[in-house]
Amino acid sequence: MWNRIKLFLLNNGTLLFTILIFVVGYFICGRIYPAMQKPQVFFNLFINNASLLLLAIGMTFVVISNGIDLSVASMLALTTVASAALLKANVNPYVIMPLMLVMGISFGAFQGFIIQRLKVEAFVVTLMGSFFCRGMAYIISLTSVTITDPVYKSLGLQKVLIPGFGKTYVYLYSVVAIIVFLAAIYIAKYTRFGRTMYAIGNNEQSARLMGLPVERTRILVYAFSGFCSSLGGIAFSLALLSGYGQYAPTMEMDAIASVVMGGTLLTGGVGNVIGTLFGVLINGTIVSVLQFNGTLSSWWTRIGVGVLTLLFIGIQMLFQLGGKKKAS
Amino acid sequence: MMETPYILSAKGITKTFPGVQALENVDFSLKRGEVHALMGENGAGKSTLIKCLTGVEQPDKGTIEFDGAAVVVHSPQHAQEIGIATVYQEVNLCTNISVAENVMLGHEPKGVLGNISWKKMNEQAAQSLSKLGVAIDVTKPLGIYSVAIQQMVAITRALEFQSAKVLILDEPTSSLDAHETKQLFDVMRKLKSEGIGIVFITHFLDQVYEVTDRITVLRNGRYVGTFETSSLPRVKLIANMLGRSVSDLDDLSRSKQKVTKVEAGQAVLETKEMGKANYLEPTDLCLQKNEVVGLAGLLGSGRTELANLIFGIETPDTGELLINGKKVTSFSPLDSLKNGIALCPEDRKAAGIVGDLTIRENIILALQARYGWFKFIPLQKQYEIADRYIKLLGIVTPSPDQLTKNLSGGNQQKVILARWLATDPQVLILDEPTRGIDVGAKTEIQKLVLDLAGQGKSCIFISSELEEVLRCSHRVMVLRDHKLVAEFGEEVDDQTIMHTMAGDL
Amino acid sequence: MKKSNLFDKFRHSRLFWPLMALTILLIFDAFYAPSFFKIGVLNGHLYGNLIDVLNDGAPLAIVAIGMTLVIATGGVDLSVGAVIAISAAMGAVLINPALGNQLITNDILTADRTNTPLGLIVLADIAAGTLCGLWNGLLVSRVRIQPMVATLILMVAGRGIAQLITNGQIMTIYYTPYFWFGNGFILGLPVSIYIVALVFVIAWLLVRKTSIGLFIESVGINSRSTHYSGISEKNVKLFAYTFCGFCGSIAGLILSSYVHSCDANNIGLAYELDAILSVVIGGTLMAGGRFSMASSILGAMIIWTFTLTMYTIGIPANTLLAAKAVLVMVVILLYSDQVRGLINRLGTKKGGSNVESN
Repeated sequence: MWNRIKLFLLNNGTLLFTILIFVVGYFICGRIYPAMQKPQVFFNLFINNASLLLLAIGMTFVVISNGIDLSVASMLALTTVASAALLKANVNPYVIMPLMLVMGISFGAFQGFIIQRLKVEAFVVTLMGSFFCRGMAYIISLTSVTITDPVYKSLGLQKVLIPGFGKTYVYLYSVVAIIVFLAAIYIAKYTRFGRTMYAIGNNEQSARLMGLPVERTRILVYAFSGFCSSLGGIAFSLALLSGYGQYAPTMEMDAIASVVMGGTLLTGGVGNVIGTLFGVLINGTIVSVLQFNGTLSSWWTRIGVGVLTLLFIGIQMLFQLGGKKKAS
Repeated sequence: MMETPYILSAKGITKTFPGVQALENVDFSLKRGEVHALMGENGAGKSTLIKCLTGVEQPDKGTIEFDGAAVVVHSPQHAQEIGIATVYQEVNLCTNISVAENVMLGHEPKGVLGNISWKKMNEQAAQSLSKLGVAIDVTKPLGIYSVAIQQMVAITRALEFQSAKVLILDEPTSSLDAHETKQLFDVMRKLKSEGIGIVFITHFLDQVYEVTDRITVLRNGRYVGTFETSSLPRVKLIANMLGRSVSDLDDLSRSKQKVTKVEAGQAVLETKEMGKANYLEPTDLCLQKNEVVGLAGLLGSGRTELANLIFGIETPDTGELLINGKKVTSFSPLDSLKNGIALCPEDRKAAGIVGDLTIRENIILALQARYGWFKFIPLQKQYEIADRYIKLLGIVTPSPDQLTKNLSGGNQQKVILARWLATDPQVLILDEPTRGIDVGAKTEIQKLVLDLAGQGKSCIFISSELEEVLRCSHRVMVLRDHKLVAEFGEEVDDQTIMHTMAGDL
Repeated sequence: MKKSNLFDKFRHSRLFWPLMALTILLIFDAFYAPSFFKIGVLNGHLYGNLIDVLNDGAPLAIVAIGMTLVIATGGVDLSVGAVIAISAAMGAVLINPALGNQLITNDILTADRTNTPLGLIVLADIAAGTLCGLWNGLLVSRVRIQPMVATLILMVAGRGIAQLITNGQIMTIYYTPYFWFGNGFILGLPVSIYIVALVFVIAWLLVRKTSIGLFIESVGINSRSTHYSGISEKNVKLFAYTFCGFCGSIAGLILSSYVHSCDANNIGLAYELDAILSVVIGGTLMAGGRFSMASSILGAMIIWTFTLTMYTIGIPANTLLAAKAVLVMVVILLYSDQVRGLINRLGTKKGGSNVESN
């Protein structure tokens, strides 16, 4: 029995460590800032970070398949502006939302196509994608566009009570993010697409020779990331009720940092979505601590995320070394 | 219409790569229930032919008939769908996912929701593996198992879930030990009796004669012929592969006698109880001037490990290493280089050549490393050095500015040799210098080793081919299970060594 | 016959494609923005769009030189933008005459003087950036973290550090001698051009006149073989990242001098991306190996020629980003083996039919 526990710890070490860091960190912060002990403050993490979570989920898939998607934050910004502008033009909001998703999916798939078929570095393609999306956002509008549409307003303010926590609530879009999160866990573990993604991330050549659909999977992975980004964009515009090309200026980096903190290896093939959730929560906790403190300057967020990322990489390396020793 | 006995036949296959005629009008036919060896030197076109049969490459000309019908194989996936499965030397599976997934992925059992049923998958995978006599925990990532196990997993995948009618084994035995090889042959015979056609590619002649029914020989991209194994003498086979006589081999035994007798004196290199935990047991080795010491042992017996410790790839944690009687205190390739030790590593592609550098740059690399960052060898001098060694070692190339990756295996090996000879080492460690290179180049390299010993250098010669070790070495040391187990003089025979390696004595 | 050989040699040289791209851009300018080529003399200084390309592109060109070396080792440095901010912040803080516990008044703050000698300021700038590079290099070579992650850490944390240095303020610089680096002229040409030339010459001497260049390429192609050949691939990588940090610091110096201020949040923003693009446009593979610093400088010039062309022909600034993305994607696709293969096939077909018609 003990052996099995030990094995479990070793196999899931990084994930457990991420969770541990979050729990302990949040607990300590709660002792320092008693306000953080309120359940609502905890659930605010899901409200404030719904978009980041969505982006990070897509990013996790991309990173597992040994790619990178730098266009996610720009796609988010483009989605906010595009939907705000369309709403201004009196397009039906229920048409806009699917339209935005289609835009995200097709743009992601297009990027995936260039990466897979034309063999251009993912890094470069999605970087260009990022420039392109932000540029398009600025072309649509240089300034912030407010959303006055009643449907968006009511959706954006739609509270969902957390059962068992009294008046504690999250917003509807947080629930959507959680649903996507659960779906992503299922996809990664229980579908051929998900497992192929892991196989490609480890060794594309092998995956191809195993007869797995490498091209289709990779293109789909980027399409999924595009889907998550545009969904994140819809969530973002619901939360802020406006659209602006400058929104989320470095969120792709936050997403990558969350993915890394969650134990996903940037070399591909190893990782999972659950870890990513906790990576996002850690990120969110740092931000809320800064808000509660008030005297700490905002740049400590950046330094904090940087230091934590370094810490997590160290932990990953330790576990990998441990794993190797065990195997030999 | 009578069913043809051939499951797979290719006619007139021609394939040209930029600048190279890889295959020219090659025929190949495989019967049901036979093991068919595909033989040829490196560059003969074996792998290109396999690639054409499995859809990795498209032939420029020629037809492929499978199961009595003409087919065009579009992709590896398509090949598997119609029933042609391939297992490569470097196992092409994914090491990060579980064994079960590696066996089943693409044919995974589904649950009610269309989800992967992990329970069923693990059960089925374990069951199929047990058919080949492999009992392992299928939920573990494949990467933690040995290459032999990985190969069995690959074969299981090919057979069980692609209902393969043709199985292509591309040098499957080169990283297997004797026992594992036997296990593989048992599996091959079993499959043969089930009517599966097997294409078997190997460099080991013994294995060809042990397990195959027919042999097809290719040479320089051309079809030489197909023979019944039982009626083709070995000499004839080699002659066919080389397209020349094998008398070259005779020269060698003569050249060995030319080597001056080794005189006992100050050892050039000596290890005293040198070892490293979980890597190599404490080992004593002594190397004299002019001497060639052969290291024999199975893969993983500790021979490469010993070489790596001496060369400073790994740092020993017990014992000491003496060079010319002086104790070595810091271990790194650079230190070894300065101490006059050179290592031609086992894995030529990954640890030897720098493929995208030119031959000249590859040759001067170690010398330049010794000179350091700021004492740059002038270009003209570089060319002089490169030209000298290209001539000396007979490296076949139009110019020293060719990229090394474009050379054949044997020539690449010579480039690595040149790189080290340019540093004028006292001790040359050759780890499998002749693996995967053609017989002609093999002989030349063996000759060179003996010449070097004659010129006052010392060599440690590591090889899986006993015959070769015996031919080149003054003494043979045998390793087993990370331990030095025996030492023999020049007069030992291969039977004795083989038994020592296997641990029967 | 000989001529075509020479042309062939040129066609296969690393400079060919970037030069072609630049030429096409300039031809485009010749038709649609002839004013682009106007060079005037004002106060004994040359001015005009072409001069601006050189001047504005200088920081990018310098960063691209460092980035080339890092990419050639098979790595990447995402932190150059942050390094620029850190070194600029360092300079701005040191210049600030308030340093030294004096009572701060507006007069002192905006005075055209400093308590720190200019030489020291420049040295501190460079030291800060080089230290950042060293840190990256240590993480990559000694701790063995993948380059992208190792430099991501500094990319995320670096601007925070820069803000820490400036205490979150946008530091305006009033000390005129400092402006010389970004705005001065020597013999009618901007100082920044000379700095680029100087950095390039230093880099070239350091890399091509020693064995470092060969070692960098060797490490980029096959790190393990290189190690087995007795070369310390760790130190080679350490050198590349440190040098990249050095380049970043020089760029930070020029940029802060150019805009007379240091805004830690925005100075050198997205420079890591532009630098990587310059290198890629210059034809050095992201996978590492063979590299050409001159081509990367050309790459930087292409990016700035394009930017200024857009400005000149009056394309609104907000479309620039999208247009730039499309342009670079097209250039990169031209480099892609797949697309090039297609073009070559078309070319040979054409050649073949020509022969037949003869």
